[in-house]
Amino acid sequence: MSAPTVETIQVRHCNFEAKVKVKGSGSPVVYLHTAGGPRWDDFLDALAEHHTVFAPDHPGLGETNRDSIYDVESLWDLILIYDEILDGLGLPSADVVGSSFGGMVACELAAHRPERVAKLVLIDPIGLWREDVPVAPYMLLPQDKLVATLFANLEAKQVQEFLTLPDDPQQRAVAMADSVWAMGTTGKFVWPIPDKGLSKRMHRITAPTLIVWGKEDALISPVYAQEFADRIADSRVEIIEGAGHVPQWEQPDAVRPLVLDFLKSSS
Amino acid sequence: MKVTSFHFMPYRDLPDDFDKRYDSAWVDAPWWELGDGSKAGDYYNWSLDELMLAAKMGFDGLGTNEHHQNAYGFMCNPNLFGAILAKMTRDQGLDDVALVQLGATVSSTSPPIRIAEEYAVLDCISGGRLVAGLPLGLGCDANVSYGVTPIEQRERWREAIDLMLRAWTAEEFFAWNGKYFQLPKVNLWPRPVQDPHPPLLIPGAASSSTWDYCHDRDLPYAFLSYFGGESAEGVMDRFWERAAAKDKDANPYRASFLQLVGVAETDEEAERLFAPHIEHFYHKALHLPLHYLATPGYSDYKSLINLFSSGMLKYLDFSVDLKPLKARDMIDEGFVVIGSPATVREKLEHMVRRLNVGHLMPVLQFGSMPHELAMNNIELFGREVLPHLQNIWQEDGWDNPWWPKQLAKTPVRSAA
Repeated sequence: MSAPTVETIQVRHCNFEAKVKVKGSGSPVVYLHTAGGPRWDDFLDALAEHHTVFAPDHPGLGETNRDSIYDVESLWDLILIYDEILDGLGLPSADVVGSSFGGMVACELAAHRPERVAKLVLIDPIGLWREDVPVAPYMLLPQDKLVATLFANLEAKQVQEFLTLPDDPQQRAVAMADSVWAMGTTGKFVWPIPDKGLSKRMHRITAPTLIVWGKEDALISPVYAQEFADRIADSRVEIIEGAGHVPQWEQPDAVRPLVLDFLKSSS
Repeated sequence: MKVTSFHFMPYRDLPDDFDKRYDSAWVDAPWWELGDGSKAGDYYNWSLDELMLAAKMGFDGLGTNEHHQNAYGFMCNPNLFGAILAKMTRDQGLDDVALVQLGATVSSTSPPIRIAEEYAVLDCISGGRLVAGLPLGLGCDANVSYGVTPIEQRERWREAIDLMLRAWTAEEFFAWNGKYFQLPKVNLWPRPVQDPHPPLLIPGAASSSTWDYCHDRDLPYAFLSYFGGESAEGVMDRFWERAAAKDKDANPYRASFLQLVGVAETDEEAERLFAPHIEHFYHKALHLPLHYLATPGYSDYKSLINLFSSGMLKYLDFSVDLKPLKARDMIDEGFVVIGSPATVREKLEHMVRRLNVGHLMPVLQFGSMPHELAMNNIELFGREVLPHLQNIWQEDGWDNPWWPKQLAKTPVRSAA
């Protein structure tokens, strides 16, 4: 598999220099990553076989300047940045896929600019809150409990790759710092409770929406799948057996065809 | 040297299996299972009595601090205690002791001019004896207990300090249009007695960003470590290297160091008396996992790289399990300085000279230590160790511009 290219988009909002990984050809799909940080994975390669995949790095992560996050002061800023990244990529509209934190951002974008999101795929998104089934405080967990909260299928190849740190001490230090920084920079928009009013805005979403949820997600319970579905007019839910919070890694063979079929029917 | 009796007022009575029963001493220790308001009342009163005894024994300063939702130390607002101490020391003629507020956390107080006001009140009541500590605040306090967004905490702290300084000194009304705080009209009442404002002190836990903040503003740093002088050597060496790199001199008064200390008639007696309280402190009060100390975003990226690549933080990053260590091990490792007056004098003098610190902050009540033993410890330290320490650095001729001006004199009370 070839590596994606990196496109730089100078965004006027917050003076942010965006970095977007691009690969493939076909109708555009924008992928918004999790609070674990940007990773080009097998799932994105699979999407890139049929689509042009654009995967922007959250401010402060990936190829972006680490301190750029300090200029992005609010969720409103963040969503306007994504709106301007789509401008910069020349995409009046695109399919948007978001996983976990990225799913919340995708919802916010689709609520803010409904016409820009052609189809929406949400994979275990956060952004809603139920008193009786609270979202796990994932930023406050020790490593072992965090891993147990994230994954139901630890044997999966991409889960193992995610959990393996480099041997070289300096690379290892950078990987550890990046991992903490990924939670810190995304946490800026969800701390201390990942409920920033999305439920009030979701009625604005018009995109046909596929909601994918790991049946054993211990970070945000699958009961939230219906909460998202109830607020998005044209939506359907798919529950993935044997997967936790990151089903595209834990059960890739189940998730990939679901998402590809859904995106195909849109074009 | 300036010696400040530092007290963080722990919950002194915790069950033996506390650290097995609960995930940590912070946030996870349920008040409804462990806490007793009457006992807490005793602890508050005893702690104040212990600090007042330190004032009588001739300590240069009395130190209090702010923490929340924990059994480790729960002066939720140090200024409540500072106010009591300001009044009592003044009334009892002990008005040569500084009030070292170590201090109120401005990043989690909104608006932070509340702290500017409270500090000014303390300075007014005490007649200009305040040292204004401005800690960034721990993640478990500011982020978990008070909900401050971790990645915003350091910026909030910097902005809050800038706002406080302007509020203390401005001779005009001003509006504050900051990133985190907006105030339409600032005209602070009261203002401090000390002119232009009380000396500042920046406590920290080995973050290189905090050192740079201190050196860039010519402010003193207090290294709050519980792991003794030896483990602090790497940290303080780097602090001084950074000072030199920023053209700051090696004036020891730029630095403070915290140290748990227990004094008795002999080394053996000291170990016997303090061992259970050492273990209580390190096993229970410091039952504090790393992920609470530094919530993601709390440390900036540069500090994270330093933390993960330097290896300078033996014990300090809380990555070593303290539970298997016995009191003897912790004495040997130098976490605590325990012994006869002669032993303690010698160890502390070696430590402060090696670290080049001009302010020492001994903690003389820690863990489960009962009131009577704490009082004996303070008295013996005050009588047999303190006068010796206060003479350190005297002959070196350094100025100490980071101490209340009216208290900048050689202590005259060598014994109570």
